[in-house]
Amino acid sequence: MKFILRRLLGMIPLLLIVSCLAFALVRLAPGGPFDRERKLESAEAERLLREKYLLDAPLWKQYVHYLSNLVQGDLGNSLKHRNHSVNDIIAQGLPVSLALGSMAFAFSLCWGIPLGCLSATAKAPGRKMLADAASMMGICIPALVIGPILVMVFAIKLKWLPVALLSSPLHFVLPVLTLGIYYAGRVARLTQQGIEATLQSEFILTARSKGLPERTILIRHVLPLGILPVVSYAGPLLADLLTGSFVAENLFQIPGIGVFLIQSSLSRDYPMIVGLVLVYALILALLNLAVDVSYRWIDPRIKQG
Amino acid sequence: MPVARQLLGWIVLCASLIGCQPYPLAPADLVIINGKEPESLDPAIISGQADGRIVSALFEGLTRYNAETGLAEPSLAVSWEIDSTGTRYRFTLRKNLRWSDGSPLSAEDIAYSWRRVLEPATACDYASILYCIQNAEAFNRGEITDFNKVGIRANGPDELQVTLHKPTPFFLHICCYPALGTVPRSVIEEHGDRWLLQPDLPTSGSYQLQSWRLNDRIRLKRNDAYWDHAQTQSRIVDILPTNNPSTALNLYESGEVDVVWDKELIPTELVGILRQREDFHTADFFGTYFLRINTTKPPFSDPNVRLALAHAIDKDRLVDKITGADEPTASHLVPAGIPDYTSPKGLAYDPSKAQALLRKAGFPDGKGFPPIDYLFNSSKLHEQIAVEIQAMWQEHLGIRTQLRQLEWKSYFQDQGNINYDVSRSSWIGDYIAPESFLEVFTSVSGNNRTGWSDPAYDLLLKQSGMAPSTDERMALLKQAESMLINDAAPIIPLYFFVSMEYYDTNRVTGIHDNIRAEHPIRAIQRRNKSNSKKPVAAATQANGVSNP
Repeated sequence: MKFILRRLLGMIPLLLIVSCLAFALVRLAPGGPFDRERKLESAEAERLLREKYLLDAPLWKQYVHYLSNLVQGDLGNSLKHRNHSVNDIIAQGLPVSLALGSMAFAFSLCWGIPLGCLSATAKAPGRKMLADAASMMGICIPALVIGPILVMVFAIKLKWLPVALLSSPLHFVLPVLTLGIYYAGRVARLTQQGIEATLQSEFILTARSKGLPERTILIRHVLPLGILPVVSYAGPLLADLLTGSFVAENLFQIPGIGVFLIQSSLSRDYPMIVGLVLVYALILALLNLAVDVSYRWIDPRIKQG
Repeated sequence: MPVARQLLGWIVLCASLIGCQPYPLAPADLVIINGKEPESLDPAIISGQADGRIVSALFEGLTRYNAETGLAEPSLAVSWEIDSTGTRYRFTLRKNLRWSDGSPLSAEDIAYSWRRVLEPATACDYASILYCIQNAEAFNRGEITDFNKVGIRANGPDELQVTLHKPTPFFLHICCYPALGTVPRSVIEEHGDRWLLQPDLPTSGSYQLQSWRLNDRIRLKRNDAYWDHAQTQSRIVDILPTNNPSTALNLYESGEVDVVWDKELIPTELVGILRQREDFHTADFFGTYFLRINTTKPPFSDPNVRLALAHAIDKDRLVDKITGADEPTASHLVPAGIPDYTSPKGLAYDPSKAQALLRKAGFPDGKGFPPIDYLFNSSKLHEQIAVEIQAMWQEHLGIRTQLRQLEWKSYFQDQGNINYDVSRSSWIGDYIAPESFLEVFTSVSGNNRTGWSDPAYDLLLKQSGMAPSTDERMALLKQAESMLINDAAPIIPLYFFVSMEYYDTNRVTGIHDNIRAEHPIRAIQRRNKSNSKKPVAAATQANGVSNP
């Protein structure tokens, strides 16, 4: 408990540094939020607009103002979607991205771990080759290619699944596959390597010599240790899935926050970019913490240490 | 086993997250892909036609677009009187106008909405379309603060009086513009920037805003208090924002969407194939693709150089080889289709003349000519055009061109600061009159961005506003346009846009080709639905306003 509390407190300075860096870096990009095709004819209107969003104030003043709002939980107003606050947009999109990312995460593990096990333990060369090919294909074919192929086959030709949008739980299937297939391949490779390494351990030899059935050895002794590389990878994996959902969101018209991360950068929506970076930093820090806690739970050696 | 339990936990979490998503409750009567997500649905903040189409459905002004012709027709104003000087308009409002919540809508509301557009603090991109009104420009520029001096006055609840500082024959068309939609003062004053997100938002147009979820959909429901609600064809309309052309096409092909009407959403590589289809519609559009030239920097400050560059471009080659939708090539800036106006003939493709002009400017065969810095924003189309023009200038003039591709915001910053030699540009007219294009290049226009100014050009535009007849006005405008494209050439028009839309006329009714591609949502419906009514166009056409 103390460990978790210490880590949680450590996140505060981390987030401060992240916010400071993000705040300064986005302003280095050329162009501003109100540079557009049609210029305001009135210099006074432009001045008032910039004044409203403090864009002409010194950077440190803008940052202090931002921080004072941040401590009250206010991430500011979007400069692109001026009727919406950053809090509104994140509150609207984050649950969608979380649902999509966590479903893709579950898919990656549910598909990747058995595939890795099969690959590591299959006796028949044909089976092993098939399992290896499945994981390698997942790794090698990018989501940008897999997504349209899945749409073409399952939505347009077979008409089993919807093409895009988010109108029912069924609409999650293709985006989850698009997002998850690559990571399932990575998980399969990690699982395979972990299991192959564990199978060489002496305690497995002991278990075999005691006459335990192979299935029991695999499930009770090999898998808990063989899967540790996957557990280490799970934190960054989930973070990747949550932050890297842009392609799937864009292709399937999913209203998550991945799309906003790209759009807000292009439109120089400063509060939106900083807000999203902070949210992603927080997610990443929490996931790393969760991984460390899981390690203690899964691997008794760490607890004893 | 802990891992298995963790996995199970994840699956339960996912299932609950997926189950908790706010899915739309009922299918809509009409689904339209409108283009990218609108920046705002506030009439005073809209940034383009895609936003304007939705805003027009929510907030209506004194006049509105006719569904068939795209010209102005009476809306909240049932009639108007124009005095003999052409500068004073007295609009009479319809009796018993109501907001969607049933409260009365008066001339005060319209005056407030116009004032809001002009308030400098609103920072409305389109405030300048009201500069024809007495003192409106001074008010918008912050030179006067007393709105009573601006020529907008509500004379009681049913009459709005507008005084212009010069006759503006297309003023009624300006009144249609979405930025001038009538907005609810009390909600705006109470909720500030978040006024559009209030539940049961009062609207003055044919629809109410039922829900708005960014990057998902905008759901509109019919406003039964709207003065012409009997002619609103679809009860529930979903507007989908989409950035991805493939997704738009897939959604249309799968039947989930009835209409796709943003030309940015047509996959450029498929235009040739799509054009063969009956449900793919193209029509002339009120926009021009052109090049701006930085006239403040030698050698481009020499008109001979600019004319040489213009003569060396084979526009047919651009259209045939790259754009693919049979766009008309442009030798002039103002697109065809404006009643009573014919543009002057512009510069033709003539390499030998281009070479002679360059020689005259002191650069025979391009010798000694510095490399041209050609600025464009990231897009495959703009890149292809840039490469083609680069080759033409090299081939005909011996001039080297360096292409500089920037993303959107950096591009606008550099174009706005005139930090380029040649920049790709485009302009879409706000109202159907030549001034909508020609005023961009006056000395005072913030959109000029070429550094070029000529008092004679400004004077011609000013005189055209005072011209006693349409013919004389058009003649002066034609003279101004000729000066712009044939004499000074701070711009090189390349081609006129065409609108590109998918909709199946066997499935959807109420969409008609017109030069502004104005398709009021109130007139559109899916066929064979229980809420079917007669198409609205025929009913409203009779009220159309005459030519500007």
